[in-house]
Amino acid sequence: MTNLTPVLSGLGKRLGVMALTMLTVSLLVFLVLEVNVDDVAVKVLGQFSTPDQRHAWLLQNGYFDPLPIRYARWLWGFVTGNWGLSTYYHADVRELILPRLAATGVLMGATLAVTVPVALGLGILAGMRQGSSVDRGVSVLAIITTSIPEFASAVFLSAIFVFGLGWLPGVSTLSGGVTIKELTLPVTVLTLSSAGYIARMTRASMVEAMASPYVRTARLKGASTARIVFAHALRNALGAPVTVIMLQIPWLLSGVIVVEVFFAYPGFGTLLYQASVNSDIYLIEACAMIGVVAVVVSQLISDLINTWLNPRLVRAIQKAALQDPTASVEATAG
Amino acid sequence: MKHFRRPTVLIGGGIVGFWVLVALFAPYLAPFDPLKSLTPLAPPGTPAPGGGTFWLGADLLGRDILSRVIYGARPVVALSTLATLTAYAVGVSAGLLAGYYGRWIDTGLSFLANVILSFPVLVLYIVVIVALGPSPLNVVIAVTFASAPAVFRIVRTIAADLKQRDFIAAAVIQGESAWRILFIEILPNATGPLTVDFCLRLGYTTIVIGALGFLGLGLPPPAPDWGGMVNEGRALAFAFPHLVIFPCLAISSLVLGLSLLADGLNEARDAQSRGS
Repeated sequence: MTNLTPVLSGLGKRLGVMALTMLTVSLLVFLVLEVNVDDVAVKVLGQFSTPDQRHAWLLQNGYFDPLPIRYARWLWGFVTGNWGLSTYYHADVRELILPRLAATGVLMGATLAVTVPVALGLGILAGMRQGSSVDRGVSVLAIITTSIPEFASAVFLSAIFVFGLGWLPGVSTLSGGVTIKELTLPVTVLTLSSAGYIARMTRASMVEAMASPYVRTARLKGASTARIVFAHALRNALGAPVTVIMLQIPWLLSGVIVVEVFFAYPGFGTLLYQASVNSDIYLIEACAMIGVVAVVVSQLISDLINTWLNPRLVRAIQKAALQDPTASVEATAG
Repeated sequence: MKHFRRPTVLIGGGIVGFWVLVALFAPYLAPFDPLKSLTPLAPPGTPAPGGGTFWLGADLLGRDILSRVIYGARPVVALSTLATLTAYAVGVSAGLLAGYYGRWIDTGLSFLANVILSFPVLVLYIVVIVALGPSPLNVVIAVTFASAPAVFRIVRTIAADLKQRDFIAAAVIQGESAWRILFIEILPNATGPLTVDFCLRLGYTTIVIGALGFLGLGLPPPAPDWGGMVNEGRALAFAFPHLVIFPCLAISSLVLGLSLLADGLNEARDAQSRGS
């Protein structure tokens, strides 16, 4: 398939930029946390270690080597899965993180499974008829829910469902495995904070699609409202929300930290929180790098989905590459 | 000035103005000293020893919650404004340079912005605060670091678009300095989108400063700040919800005010550009 070459080279370029981004991030994390070796020694050995002990430890672990060598060694360790020892837990960082990541994956997966249908549904309903009372209602609801910080909605919901009605547990330690009861509050809090933005984006892009010439044509041809929405408007309206959903992931990851700490959920966020409280430097480094990898990968996925949703883009790239003079005309007119 | 009559702008502006006034006049409004221990865990409405009432109750150490909420408005309003302003100073300058000059300056700055935007915000804050220690100044540094790239992107796009226009070419021919072209000719054209973004970003910053306080990484105690109050009251929240509900209401209302303001200004701008 020679036609796919430009798409593949575009993908290759993206992967290159991705690798460079992560390399720069790793350098930033390393510089911010490890450029001052005395700080590192204090964090690892504790406040009450003597200067002699710190000096010996630094010497033993090669901290007096030049900075580039230390960075290269650190990066190699990270890439090969050797993430060091947690000073607080006295355990291998990698073994600490992996089960926590799985727990956070469950929480984020459940959140997306609730948020995406709710947000898309509300956004489509609101955007179908601009200015209707449904539209206004969804807008107001979205503004209110996105304005309440996660810890505040966690407090409000706990006050009602835990303290007031006693329906749900106030902590989600997953001690008896993953249960719907323990997931309900964390997932609701995260849904409230992230659904509003996606709903508003969906609405805006739906409004635009409904005002476009092909929808007007379909309406003049006498197509039913359902057919107009599902067969014509929706497919074109969904590109922007997909991007937004993927861009929500860094925001969601921030919210996850707060929500996990609030409900004592044994995930990645509580681990990073405890690491920061205890100045557990190697654990923080690993958590930060994992957070960045998650974000960069989600950006790549959003690009791929967008290309897939918009075959016009693929065809335009192919035609442009074949130097077909009609390519740009067709791509814009299509 | 017509858009000041829109209901969302009025309500949003009213809420924000209310909290700014509360922050400014906290010493005159607070009924008690926010740091003084009186009656531990008094429920809302309890009479205080020596006259007065704990309208919102007292916290674990017997400090009046109403006074702490009032004083807590100060660091929240001051820090989020200061932090957003520094983020704007950095983001706007870098965005103008990248958009106007293009080429390697643009490539370099855009790449850096993308790198920083790859951090989940709170992870970035935690890394910066762990490296520098919790203090008001370091919170401002962390926010600047995290918010400037987004401002940069907006300004860069506008500057790159405007530099093609005739009035910029005219300014160049007149021999105006680059500084003048960037800040006097180009920047005023970006004020519309930037005002909306500024209100939204103030809201985000308030949320994140609250979240840092909640995680115990914000301001060192005993100074009252809303996130910190929730953090302190959390352990007892199920028995004494009044410890945490009121600071949560305070921060939610402030952010809601900022969001409404941003939304109203945005609608007004849309209406204006449609020519109605």
